[in-house]
Order: sequence, then C-alpha cells, then structure tokens
Amino acid sequence: MSSEVKLQDWSKPAAIAIPKGGFDPATAQKGRYGPIFPKTPACYGFSIVAKVIPGREDAFYEHAKNIENTIATQPDALAVLKLHYLRWLLFPIKGETYFMYQGIFDTDFDKYTEDAVALFGATGLKTVFENLEGFPKNWQTNPEAFIKFVRDHQCPSFLEYGEYPYVSADEIKKALKLKAAFSDMLDQMQ
Amino acid sequence: MLEFDDIQHILLTRAPALTGRYEFLSFREAAAGRAWLSAIKEKVHSVAAMRDNVEGDMRWVTVAFTWNGLRALGLDEASLATFPEEFRQGMVARAETLGDTGANAPEHWYGGVASPDLHAIAILFARDATEHARCVSEHEKLVAACPGVELLSVLDVEAIPPFDYAHDHFGYRDRLSQPVIEDSGEDPTPGSGAPLKAGEFILGYPDEYGVIADRPQPEMLARNGSYMAYRRLQEHVGKFRDFLRQHGNTAEEQELIAAKLMGRWRSGAPLVLSPDKDDPVLGADMQRNNDFNYKEMDPHGYAVPLGSHARRMNPRDTAANMNRRRMIRRGATYGPYLPDGAPDDGADRGIAAFVICGSLIRQFEFAQNVWANDKNFHELENERDPIIGNHDGTMEFKIPSRPIRKKIVGLPAFTTVRGGAYFFLPGLKALSYLASLNREDGVNASVG
Repeated sequence: MSSEVKLQDWSKPAAIAIPKGGFDPATAQKGRYGPIFPKTPACYGFSIVAKVIPGREDAFYEHAKNIENTIATQPDALAVLKLHYLRWLLFPIKGETYFMYQGIFDTDFDKYTEDAVALFGATGLKTVFENLEGFPKNWQTNPEAFIKFVRDHQCPSFLEYGEYPYVSADEIKKALKLKAAFSDMLDQMQ
Repeated sequence: MLEFDDIQHILLTRAPALTGRYEFLSFREAAAGRAWLSAIKEKVHSVAAMRDNVEGDMRWVTVAFTWNGLRALGLDEASLATFPEEFRQGMVARAETLGDTGANAPEHWYGGVASPDLHAIAILFARDATEHARCVSEHEKLVAACPGVELLSVLDVEAIPPFDYAHDHFGYRDRLSQPVIEDSGEDPTPGSGAPLKAGEFILGYPDEYGVIADRPQPEMLARNGSYMAYRRLQEHVGKFRDFLRQHGNTAEEQELIAAKLMGRWRSGAPLVLSPDKDDPVLGADMQRNNDFNYKEMDPHGYAVPLGSHARRMNPRDTAANMNRRRMIRRGATYGPYLPDGAPDDGADRGIAAFVICGSLIRQFEFAQNVWANDKNFHELENERDPIIGNHDGTMEFKIPSRPIRKKIVGLPAFTTVRGGAYFFLPGLKALSYLASLNREDGVNASVG
C-alpha cells in the first residue's frame, strides 16, 4: 500500500518479529502458489533447507565453481531474481549433510516463481537439486512439483533486521551511481 | 503436426462474425448434460472444418467446461484429480490472486457465472443477426429437449461502429498483437517474434522448453485441449471520457492521454513508433504496427509509460521468459455503443473475452497477478494497469516526460470485472469421449 511505502523509511533501522510459519495467516496475501511471505526490513527472501543424498556433497562444490564462472562471464545472469545476496551452505546434523539456499531479494518469490525456476534450469541448479532428498523426479514435465518442493522446504525466519530497511538493490545502485556522478561533476569543476 | 481436424476452431482461427452469444449452462443430471453435448458437439467446428468453408459458413460454435462441469458430466474422480489445481479450484477461489476484490469481487458478478453450478459454456459466433436469431432458437429447442440442462444466463455480444476494424467501447483498436503458433499455417507480423511452440497453448505438444507438459488423464481427454479464462469487463465509457477531458484541454491532448494509458493511439498506432502524434495509417498497417521493442527503443518510457496497459500485458524484450507468458485472446464487445459526445446512459457495456493458454497459473494468472495488479511492477510503487487493474481511486499513473514526468493521482477504475470462469476446451474427440461417459448406465448418448 502507498501508506506502507511511505512508512518504510530507509534512514531508520528496523526489526520485525515474524510469527511461526513465516506469515500471519489472517493478513497474508494469497499468491498463485500459496501465501506470500511478507516483505521485512531485510526485503523479501527465502531459505530452503533440504537433506543431501549421502555421498553427493561434491556436486554442490562443483556447481559453486560453475556459478562463479557464469557470473564472471555474464554478470547479469541472475538479474531476473532481483537479488541482494545469495548464501549457500552445507552443514552437518548427526553425521548427515544438509543444504541451505538463502536468498535476499526485492520481489516476493511467488510472483516470479517460474522465472526463477527457468533460471535454475539455465544455470544448472536443477541438476544440483537432484542431489537433494525428495526432489521431484518429474520436474521437467511438471514445474509445479519443483515449485512445491521449494515451498515445502522453505524455513521462514522468525526475526529480520535491516540497517537500511526496505531498500531495493536498484535503489542502492541508483544512489551509488548518483554519488559517482556527483563526484565526477565536482572533479570537472576543479 | 497439429491435428487441425481435432482442435476446436477458436484456438487457432478467428470467425468472421459481427455478432454472437455466450450461453452459460448447468447440468442437473449427468445424462442430460451428455445428451446435450452429444447433440451440440456435431455443431462444433474444428480448425480444419472452419478453414474449409470460412466464406460459406454462417456460424461457429465452441463448447467448454468448468471442472465442476466435467464432474457433472460423470467424469470419474481419478481423472478429475489430474487437472491442475487452479483449474480445479476455479476462478472464484482464485479471486484474491487475480485482483478480483472490492467492486471486482465474484459476489458482484452477473449471470450466475460465479456459482459452482456453472458447468459449461456454449459460444456462438454468427455472421449476422438473422443467423444469430436462428441459432439461438435452435439451441433453445435443444436445451428444452434435455430436461436437466438449465440455462443459467446468456450474454449477447456484438461489434460496435465503426465496423471496419475491431475495437472496444473506449475506441482502442484491438487484435494487434496475437501470438502465432508454429505449424499453424499463419505467419507472425513483423515485430511479433518467432512462432511459438504449440505446447504453450495446446495440450499434448512440446512447449517452448521442448517438453510435453504433464496433462489431465486419460490422454484422449487432454489431447488437443486447452484452458480458457473467461473475463467479462464492464467499461465505464462516460468516466473514461470525463477523465480524458479532465487531463487534456484540446482533442489532441485528450488523445495523447488515452494513448499514454494504453501504449498505443486509439487508432492502433504504437507510441514507440509515433510518440508525438497519431498516425492512423500506421495503426491499420499490420506489417508495421507491431514492429517495435521497448528495451532499445524506449527504455525509460518517454513514449510508452512503463505502467501502460500494452507495456504491462506484453513487456516484449523487457521481461524474462516472454515466450512462456503469451496468451491467445478471443472475444467481443457487448452492450450498446455510446456515440462520441453522448452522455453516459448507465448501460452495461464492455468486453467479454477469452484468454486461451496451456497453463492458467503460468500464463493467465501471472498476467493478472503480476502484470496487471503488482503495484510495484517496473518499480512503479503505486500503480496498476490503468485499464484492467484493480482500482480503488488511490493509485497513480506516471507519464515519463522531459524535463519532469507527469503524475496523475487518484486514477479511477475505468473497468469493473462482471464475470469470469475457468474452462477446459477439449478437442473434438475428447468431446465425444465426454459425451459417451458411463454409457453402461443406460443413457443413450446420442439423444438430441
């Protein structure tokens, strides 16, 4: 809402506690694939946690190198996700390895779900996901099954904080460009 | 190859009709529904049949079913469960996602189409009024001969003057940007991109990813079928014209405001190609009127505002995976023509259209949820589609301009949703399959 937009003051750090389940069922907006996880001072995001099929850990390290190379040669490869940051982790629980995919971005995942899935395909992430337990074998002919897997494995936060809350990556980039342009202007005036 | 003799004509062809009628039906008894279907399926043109005699034929019929309708015909639960969730739920249950809230909410829809009793639609396109009347009378007799089939409501549609080109009540030229399916026998107009794989629109064929997507079972039911979202949009012509007068002092300024809302002049001329003044010759020239992009030709929206209707519904080269979001549109205007300068008479007028696609959730629902109603589309912060978005008077419309943009606040709702439903549009063999369900129950499926 417009009033919400105005209340989202970037100059004042903000924190919100998030109810169990990741949203308030009474007020959550309905997206195409289910309730929308709300925007927080740390923007939108999700954290997928899933168990790695034993012995498949190396596939994740190999894929990280692939992504590094992809971004080096094609910096806008992930632009469609409107990301701020991605963090991928592997961690052990009782001798078994789990994978966490944590992303912070500027659109709610529901809206651009299919674009994200397409991108996962283009960057080979789907094939990495095949190393996770429970990943649908028919994801190629049934994209909804892929989306369901992501939603089923989403672990919502219960607290999020932003030092410069609600600001989009585009706004940050615009501000930095403006700063650079002003610096340049001042240089020209010496 | 596409099976032209099995695909319903509406998917690939446009009937040369000036008039038509949509009949919304309910089946109180399965056998009656099947009897009705057995009779009417003989009147349904395939693409091949339509192309064989398009100059000679006088009318074209389309038949489609809601999920409740398939159940009412006697389709078994195992098969019903194979349809996608959004179709099973129906358009009413998806209202919030689609932006059908407030004045647009299903509780305000006309003609019983929001009811779970809506089971089927029969779409008539007729060449002229005489044929229209004859078909209506014939269908009346058929329904009367099938006790247990109930007519919930009807909507007559008709082209409005001037008749030499398709346009809506606001005066915008229509049918300028339609996707073309590979191997359909049609060629895309310049700027429309390559033909799309049939699986984007027709079940059982490879899609843009080269994959044949999962589909309802049994195979013979899904083959050559598609999904169809029905939308009845009332157009508030008086309010629209008042708005243009309020924001434009001269006729030229008013035309420019109308063009900015749409992204094209009302003549159809694209603002990208003719940003400062209308060019009706360009608007009517199908070889030129779709030949433009946004990313290179108008990145900041100085010609076409980022939030305009055309730029939202077809962002062209400024959206990812566009080929997976395309939709086929069919339909017509309904209600009386309101001549220029005439005061609004309060009559119900608008467009009653069908959006045809292979996946309602990926194509139609995405367009409604994101392109039409995401307030932050293109970082616009507080805008929705100015023509079909959900408006409560608090939204803006920003028109980029040098040195300073123009911002219109308190945009009114120019349209209101007055009806809608999700239909499954079966192939002709699937219509026969549905008509002959449960024949062992003693029903003669050829009655009628």
